[in-house]
Amino acid sequence: MYTPHTDDEIRAMLAEIGAPSLEALSSPPLGLEIKESLGLPPALPEAEAYAHLKALAGKNDGARKVSFLGAGAYRHYQPPAVPWFAMRSEFLTAYTPYQAEASQGSLQAIFEWQTYVCLLTGMDVSNASLYDGATALVEGVIMAMHTNGRKRVVVSQAVHPMYRAVLATYATGMGLEVIDLPYNAAGVTDLEGGADHARGASCVVVQSPNFFGCIEDVDAGSKLAHDNDALSVCVTAEALSLAVLKTPRESGADIALGEAQSFGLPVGYGGPYVGFIASTKEHVRRLPGRLVGETTDVAGRRAFVLTLQGREQHIRRELATSNICTNQALCALIATVYLATVGATGLRAIATTNLRRARELSDALTSITGFSRAFATPFFNEFCLRTPVPAEQLARALERRGMLAGLPLSRFYPELTHHLLICATELTTPDDIRHLNSALAEETSRAVAAV
Amino acid sequence: MPDLAEIEVARHFTELSHRNFSVDTNFYPLGSCTMKYNPKLNEAVAGFPGFTDLHPFAPDSGAQGALHLLYDMERSLSALFGMTEFSLMPAAGAHGEITAMLMAKKYFAQTGQGTRDVCLVPDTAHGTNPASAAMVGYRVVSIPSTSRGRTNVAALKSKLDGSTAVCMMTNPNTLGLFEDDIIDITKAVHAAGGLMYYDGANANAIVGLVRPGDMGFDLLHLNLHKTFSVPHGGGGPGSGPVGANAKLAKYLPKPVVVRNDDGSFALDWERASSIGPVRAFWSHFLAIVRAYAYIIVHGEEGLRRNSQLAVLNANYVRAKIKDVLTVPYEDFCRHEFVCSAETLKKETGVRALDLAKGLLDAGIHAPTMYWPHVVPECLMIEPTETETRETLDNFSATIHALVKQAHDDPASMAELPLHTPVRRVDEAHVGRQANKGIGLRWQPK
Repeated sequence: MYTPHTDDEIRAMLAEIGAPSLEALSSPPLGLEIKESLGLPPALPEAEAYAHLKALAGKNDGARKVSFLGAGAYRHYQPPAVPWFAMRSEFLTAYTPYQAEASQGSLQAIFEWQTYVCLLTGMDVSNASLYDGATALVEGVIMAMHTNGRKRVVVSQAVHPMYRAVLATYATGMGLEVIDLPYNAAGVTDLEGGADHARGASCVVVQSPNFFGCIEDVDAGSKLAHDNDALSVCVTAEALSLAVLKTPRESGADIALGEAQSFGLPVGYGGPYVGFIASTKEHVRRLPGRLVGETTDVAGRRAFVLTLQGREQHIRRELATSNICTNQALCALIATVYLATVGATGLRAIATTNLRRARELSDALTSITGFSRAFATPFFNEFCLRTPVPAEQLARALERRGMLAGLPLSRFYPELTHHLLICATELTTPDDIRHLNSALAEETSRAVAAV
Repeated sequence: MPDLAEIEVARHFTELSHRNFSVDTNFYPLGSCTMKYNPKLNEAVAGFPGFTDLHPFAPDSGAQGALHLLYDMERSLSALFGMTEFSLMPAAGAHGEITAMLMAKKYFAQTGQGTRDVCLVPDTAHGTNPASAAMVGYRVVSIPSTSRGRTNVAALKSKLDGSTAVCMMTNPNTLGLFEDDIIDITKAVHAAGGLMYYDGANANAIVGLVRPGDMGFDLLHLNLHKTFSVPHGGGGPGSGPVGANAKLAKYLPKPVVVRNDDGSFALDWERASSIGPVRAFWSHFLAIVRAYAYIIVHGEEGLRRNSQLAVLNANYVRAKIKDVLTVPYEDFCRHEFVCSAETLKKETGVRALDLAKGLLDAGIHAPTMYWPHVVPECLMIEPTETETRETLDNFSATIHALVKQAHDDPASMAELPLHTPVRRVDEAHVGRQANKGIGLRWQPK
């Protein structure tokens, strides 16, 4: 099916090699050869495999429901031009561009991605990509640790809880101390209370918009960091917000990192997405992973090539800045084609639509008796809705009515029992908002009546 | 940021794509990378809206198809590699390695052996191995290879003691040779209280033939973008599932997918000994879908056959070029082999690099070069099972022609390639600039 040799060819090739049989040539000399079936189902013809997978996809009715879920994975419109060009075989089936002469397409695409990340974050330098926003946070923290040799990290509790959980996983193994900065009644990080913790810290990490959707005072986070000779790390989980917010660099961040799934990548049950990381130029040698630079060839033509490889694992081994090898090149390409397709004006327009839809949604839902915004802080495209009955109960009731109303925050913050994290994008329609409004009102009345 | 009309985007990225070699356009025998053909079925099924539009926080009840797929995938990998359980979370091979190192560290901490901090790594290992071990604070001790291209067992045993944490091995190793003392090695490491880790980068040689679990490995990672035909995308996304035996499974990242008594599937976060999550959300799901499609169209027999044919193709090329380049190890190879241009360099001054660049001119991607370091002027060649005999013959003929050119007109070899989109590039200049943070992004003139 995917292998071309005929039996005759195999025989001829074995003769050329001088091996008696395919089995003799390929069986490991151990006496451990697998002798019995491993119990995998029998092979399916392609048509049946296709049908089987289509049936599995069909069982995911969560993919068809009207959704107000965000929380680090955002539903945005993907212009058809994006996959059309990004998924061309020449990009899709290439390896990491080690051979510059044969990989100028991939290399220039990465260079353009690095440029876009720098433009959106205000930073000087960026790399070829990281696995996702959570692992980008880990890499940013490691960069800070390598910069000042300190092992204490101060992290806002309003940073995405999965990102913090991943950092905790790594921190245990790396001997890092992670100190949480609590959030306050406005749904933003209590930076004033953090002054004591920041002393001796390697970096201060703040996310904006934060996990509750609230726009943080990143400038104040940077000041807290710099007052303590620490680095300011700014996390962005909804990259679209970078089109309308002050850049992390303008807010004093030394390292900007996050998740760029919003730029043309589907929510895809969690991946693959694309992490980004960028910094000021003095940290360039501490950046993790691949970097592409511009140069010329022997004929004087513009050319691109992997550079500063002396930081990387295949050269430096145990002294590398990171162990990352394969990253998310194709996802970064998708994001690059997305940004090229929508352009500067288009991106701002999409971001503005997100702002407006989220306000329309907020206005509609807070008009229901008993509902309010939990935090008064300005938001981008998601916000925390305070609900009169437990949010988990409402979310389940809405599921039965074909709607994913948002994420009950009790899942990650046990104290936030009546709090629903809810998101609107350019794909959210006025009808969706009306339906959610009436369904929430009805289910709340029903729940209250039942009590 | 620019504002462009769509036709400008179309012309630009189509033009860029023409400046790339790829599996669909070129033979790509890049050693240790398994650049096999990526079936287009994989792409089609990964694009089903039921997969692409499913939010990771969709309730389990609305994600039963995805969870079922992940469950079946996990069971298939456990069966194929002789492990108790897999986590599908890690995003790539190196991410799998750090995941396993974190698991090992937790295992030793929980069993009162937290002082163990040495990781043994053969000198032929991928750079990611020592880099991953160092990230959890392990001291890396390099183990030399023998003249047979295998790990020196006596040297390895001499390093084993109460400080041994993990021994990381690739089998077949990066010279393309099966570590035939592997049972002896795993027994010795276990006797010293250490754990055995299997780097699955070269698993394409062994699927359905022998299982790392049966060789005595405790932990392993796979590269679904190598062995299981997920396209490499110009440098990712990959997928690097981690398998563990009964002793280590409880430390796997969470959540994991479980099957309930009523037959439904769920994400399970209740794993008390888990190291915790290693990424946001559950996996590179759309990559897993592609690899799953590959597994179900092949079945066990088909997967075994592919590994056998990968070994056949590598040995065929080896036999065809061993009279013009030095093949330093006598044994038949597995899915890849290394050869050396050292003699050629002595005779003509032409290096492995020049041969590699000459191949590019012939429309063939270069093999992996100058690695592993134990072989001077090394070229590591991995044809994979999906290539035709004609392609392999053409490759061999091209190598013969280049070696002849090296003898006839060595000076001309330094000029190659002549016909690629760009010729040799100035790497020193860009490195100097990049050190200052310059030349890493577009700047207006």
